[in-house]
Amino acid sequence: MPTVTLRAPLKDLAGGNHRLDLAGATVGEVLRTLEASWPKTTGWILDERGEVRRHVNVFVNGERVGAAAVVTPGDQLHVLPSITGGTEA
Amino acid sequence: MKELLVGTKKGLFVLRGEGPGAFEIATRAFAGDVVEYAMRDPRSGRYFASVTSGFYGPRLMWTEDPAGEWQHAPTLSMPADTEATLERIWVIRVGEVPDQLWAGVDPAALFESRDGGLTWELNRGLWDQPTRSAWDPGNGGLCLHSIATWPGEPQRLSLGISAVGTWHTADGGATWDHRVNGLVPRYVPEDLRDTTTAHCVHNLWRAPLNPERLFMQFHGGVYRSDDGGTNWIDIAKGLPSDFGFPIVGDPADPDSAFIIPMNADVDRVTVDGQVRVYETRDAGSTWTARSQGLPVRDAYLTVLREAFDRDGEGASLGLWFGATSGEVFGSLDAGESWFTAASRLAPVMSVRVA
Repeated sequence: MPTVTLRAPLKDLAGGNHRLDLAGATVGEVLRTLEASWPKTTGWILDERGEVRRHVNVFVNGERVGAAAVVTPGDQLHVLPSITGGTEA
Repeated sequence: MKELLVGTKKGLFVLRGEGPGAFEIATRAFAGDVVEYAMRDPRSGRYFASVTSGFYGPRLMWTEDPAGEWQHAPTLSMPADTEATLERIWVIRVGEVPDQLWAGVDPAALFESRDGGLTWELNRGLWDQPTRSAWDPGNGGLCLHSIATWPGEPQRLSLGISAVGTWHTADGGATWDHRVNGLVPRYVPEDLRDTTTAHCVHNLWRAPLNPERLFMQFHGGVYRSDDGGTNWIDIAKGLPSDFGFPIVGDPADPDSAFIIPMNADVDRVTVDGQVRVYETRDAGSTWTARSQGLPVRDAYLTVLREAFDRDGEGASLGLWFGATSGEVFGSLDAGESWFTAASRLAPVMSVRVA
């Protein structure tokens, strides 16, 4: 399974887990598995349409990707806030 | 002891105090996130906050103790078949039946809860309006910001949407009437004003003792309706400006309304550098400036749509508003005199009395 690395506040919403092995064949599927396992993360990374939120970056093995990107067992997913996201706040 | 819920660009501040004089900050929640709106349902004691992370999007949070843990209400989101995403939760209103709450959101959608705000359902009657594809957003987005219930008649409800006018239902939201007759959208060329749908309502207040009467702050205009929104009458004569955002009234006086004029849409600050609340007690025939205790020199403040609230009524009417300068002002005597309840907060988005 791919491994997802989370930072606060997402880590806190996922029961304090910094790294999780989660099933899925695409980034979107892996993140939906995260939501199913840790419901408090629902809606934080993916929007209602299943897209990665505009000010969140998902990297797979160091490359920034979208929800449709294919992943394979052993891939490393990192979920990070974008540097643009603070502009609204 | 009064409790004010102040939504700001940097979290929720819960202020407590007696007044007149400064309130204490009892709690700060959602540090770093924008809290666009917060309120307390007096029936359940439950608090609600509209929270938008600059990174992780908007969500409705609730708690029974604002200093404790908050819970997410995930069903206040756009259903998949709408192919839309929730941009912002503008307002939460208590309904007319037990456990009923209404929520107005961007993109111009209405949600209803029947269990005290724990779960929510999209109002399909409004969402499926055939003209929706032609609706234009205002500067703040396509926001449903005003929800005016009808005391004792839960089937009747009025809405204000920027910039899509007022909408009214008499069947609990199954069908809606669009009512804008009399509104003059000066920001549209004259030859298009009769056909445009771009009516930028800023805020509505319904007089509880005479529910057919509505007051409106418009995007350049202050109006009154005596027939449930069917026709709108210009009542701005006597004001230093007809631009502003919030409007409230005294529940004991159906002829009353209070507004805070700002210069214009191109200069959204208090007129002449003076912070003044304007009051009418004759349904808009005349207006009186109320400024005792408010900054009236070199004060260029912006007061946003949800940043003005009231509690009580009659001689004990309380009035409360906040500004993007981070100040919160209050009056315990129906606007006769004012005091500063808080200063140097983050830019204030909303003020509600808990």
